[in-house]
Amino acid sequence: MNFKEIFRSARDSIRQNKLRSFLTLLGVVIGIFSIIGVMTAINVLQQSVEDNMNGLGAGTFQVQKFPNVNMGNNWWKYQSRKNLDYKDFQRLLPRLTIVDYATAEDWRWNNTFKYKDKSTKANMIIAGITHNWEFTNNLRVDMGRMISQIDEENASHVVILGSEAADILFQNINPIGENIKIDGVKYRVIGVAEERGQRFGNSMDNRAYMPLTTYFKYYGQANFTSLNYCFSILDQDQFEEGMQEVINELRLIRGDKIGEDNSFEAWTNASLIDQFNQMTAAIRIAAAIIASIALLASGIGIMNIMLVTVSERTREIGVRKSLGAKRRDVLFQFMFEAMILTEIGGVVGIILGIIGGNVIAIIADMSFVFPWDWAIIGLVVCSGIALIFGSYPAYKAASLDPIEALRYE
Amino acid sequence: MSLLILKNIFRIYQIGDIEVRALNGVDVDVERNEYVSIMGPSGSGKSTLMNIIGCLDTPTKGGYELDGMVIHQEVKDGTGIASDDQLAVIRNQKIGFIFQTFNLLPRMTALHNVELPLIYGGVPRAERLERAQAALEQVQLADRMHHKPNELSGGQRQRVAVARALVNNPSIILADEPTGNLDSKTSHDIMDLIDNLHKEGNTIILVTHEHDIAERANRVIHMLDGKIHEDNKKK
Ligand SMILES: Nc1ncnc2c1ncn2[C@@H]1O[C@H](COP(=O)(O)OP(=O)(O)O)[C@@H](O)[C@H]1O
Ligand SMILES: [Mg+2]
Repeated sequence: MNFKEIFRSARDSIRQNKLRSFLTLLGVVIGIFSIIGVMTAINVLQQSVEDNMNGLGAGTFQVQKFPNVNMGNNWWKYQSRKNLDYKDFQRLLPRLTIVDYATAEDWRWNNTFKYKDKSTKANMIIAGITHNWEFTNNLRVDMGRMISQIDEENASHVVILGSEAADILFQNINPIGENIKIDGVKYRVIGVAEERGQRFGNSMDNRAYMPLTTYFKYYGQANFTSLNYCFSILDQDQFEEGMQEVINELRLIRGDKIGEDNSFEAWTNASLIDQFNQMTAAIRIAAAIIASIALLASGIGIMNIMLVTVSERTREIGVRKSLGAKRRDVLFQFMFEAMILTEIGGVVGIILGIIGGNVIAIIADMSFVFPWDWAIIGLVVCSGIALIFGSYPAYKAASLDPIEALRYE
Repeated sequence: MSLLILKNIFRIYQIGDIEVRALNGVDVDVERNEYVSIMGPSGSGKSTLMNIIGCLDTPTKGGYELDGMVIHQEVKDGTGIASDDQLAVIRNQKIGFIFQTFNLLPRMTALHNVELPLIYGGVPRAERLERAQAALEQVQLADRMHHKPNELSGGQRQRVAVARALVNNPSIILADEPTGNLDSKTSHDIMDLIDNLHKEGNTIILVTHEHDIAERANRVIHMLDGKIHEDNKKK
C-alpha cells in the first residue's frame, strides 16, 4: 500500500478536525510531558551532581563528619560525632599502605583579598589545604608552584590564587612573589591556579589556597573544625581494599567500637550517585504513575475519536473499498492516522517536557540536558498507545461491508 | 466467449421472519463491447444486480463468471469462491463503477479522486498522474483537475466519476442511474460520454428510468420483482 496516500489521508483528516485533534492530543501531550519533564529535571540534577564530582577524579574518595546527602533528620547524630581533625589525619597517614595521596582541607567563605589599593568583593573563599592536594583534587597552576610539604610544616604565609582572584588583583603585573593581604595578614603569592570554571553555578576561581597549618593560625584551632579528608588510589584494582584500609585505620584512631557504625562518612562519586538515585526513585515512580494514568486516559480518548472518525467516514471507506482498497489498506490507513495523532502529541510532549525539565538547569545555571533515552521511550510509548487503542477502530473500519458503507447516511 | 455469465442468481435478505428476494433467479450473459441498459420499477433488484456484477456484493446462491474468472460458483453450501481481498482486486482491475450520487471523496482534488483506483492498483506515481490526467482530458475536465468536488457542478462531478471509472481500463463499466441526480441537459452530456466509451470498445451496463436514455443501448433488460422480465437485443 502507498504510504504517501495513507499519510495524505491522515493529514487531511487531522486538518479537517483541528480542535478535536488538538483536544485528543492534549492528553498525550500531558502524559508524555509529565514523564519527560520529571526525568529531564532529574537528569539535569544528576548531570550536575556528576559534574560537581569531577573535581574528585576516578579513584578518589572522601571522608567527612556529615554525610554528603542527608536524607533523614539525624542531624544530631552527626553533629555529636567527634571532629575529623588534623591530629587524626597525621596519625592516619603513616598507617596507610595502599593509598597514593591523602589530603585534608577546610574552607572559609566571604573573605576579602587586598593587594595595594586593589580589593576584591567579600565573596572570596579561603581553602586551607595540605600538600599533595593538587593530586586529590585535580588542581593545576598556570604560573608558580603548589603548596609543598615544607610550606605545611612551617605554616608559611604563602597562597595560590584562583584565576578570578588573580585577575581582579593583578591586571598587568605578574602576581608571583607579590604580597596580598587577607584580614590584615600578609601572604606571598606562589602560584596562580588554572581556570576551573563553575560548579552548581558557583565560581571555583574566586579562591586562595594556603597551607592548612597557616589557616589554623587565623581561622580556628587545629581540632576545632571538622576537616574533609580526601584520598586517591591510582590502581583501580586496589580501590576497594585501599578504601577499607582507610576506614579500618580511622575507626581504630577514633576509637569506634566493634559493632558500632563508623563515626564518619566515607563516600565515592559512585556511592553519591547511588544515594541520589535512591532519593529520586520515589519522584520517578510518582511521575511514572501520573504519566501512565494520563496516557491511559489519552489512549481511551484516541480510541473514542478514532471510532467517531470511522463512523463519520463510513461512506469514504465504502468508496475506497469499491475502488479496490483491501481490508489491510483500510486497516493501515486508520492505524496510521491514530499513530500520527499520538506521535504528534508525543513529540510536542517530549519537546515541552525537555524544555520544562531544563528550566531548573536555566534557573540554577546548570548544564542543559537532552535525555535521548527518554525521548525514544516516549515515542515508543506513543506508538504502543496508538497500536493498542487505534487497532479496534481500524479493525472496525476494515471490516465494513462495502455496500453497507456506501449506503450509509 | 461471454465477458460475463450470471447463472440462476439469488440475493435473499432475511429480515426477521420476512424473506426479501432482491434477486430471484437471474440469468444473464453479456458479450464483450455490449451496451446494456437495465430498466424496471424501484425495488425490482436493479442495484442489487449491479452490485453483484461489480463484486461489491455476493449472491446468496448462483454462479458468476467475469472475464473467464469464476467469482462465485454454485456449490452445495452456497459459499463464494473469491475471498474479500480477491474481490477487491477484481473491483480494482476489472470494474469501473459510476454511482448516482457520484461518491467522490470530498477532501480530495478531482485528480486525486481519479488517481485512487491506480493507487490501490499499485501503479507508480509518474504513470498514475499521466493516466489520471489523460482520463480527465477524456471527460473534458483537464482544466478543473485541481478543484475539489464542492467546487464543481453536478455534471462536472459525474464527469470526474466517469474518469475515475475508466482510468484503470476496466473490463466492464457499470453505471447505476448515473444521470439520476442531473438535469436533462447535463444528463445528455454525460450519456454522450458513456456512448463514446462504448464506441471506443468498452462494455457498458447502465441502469436508468428514462426511455430515451435506455434507447441509446443495444440491449434493454427489464426487471420485475427480482427477475428478468424482458431482454431485448437490437439489431
Ligand atoms: N440491505 C438490504 N436489506 C434488506 N433488503 C434490501 C437490502 N438491499 C436491498 N433490499 C431490498 O431488495 C430489493 C431490491 O432493491 P434494489 O436492488 O435496490 O432495487 P432497485 O435498485 O431496483 O430499486 C428491494 O425490495 C429492497 O428493499
Ligand atoms: Mg437502485
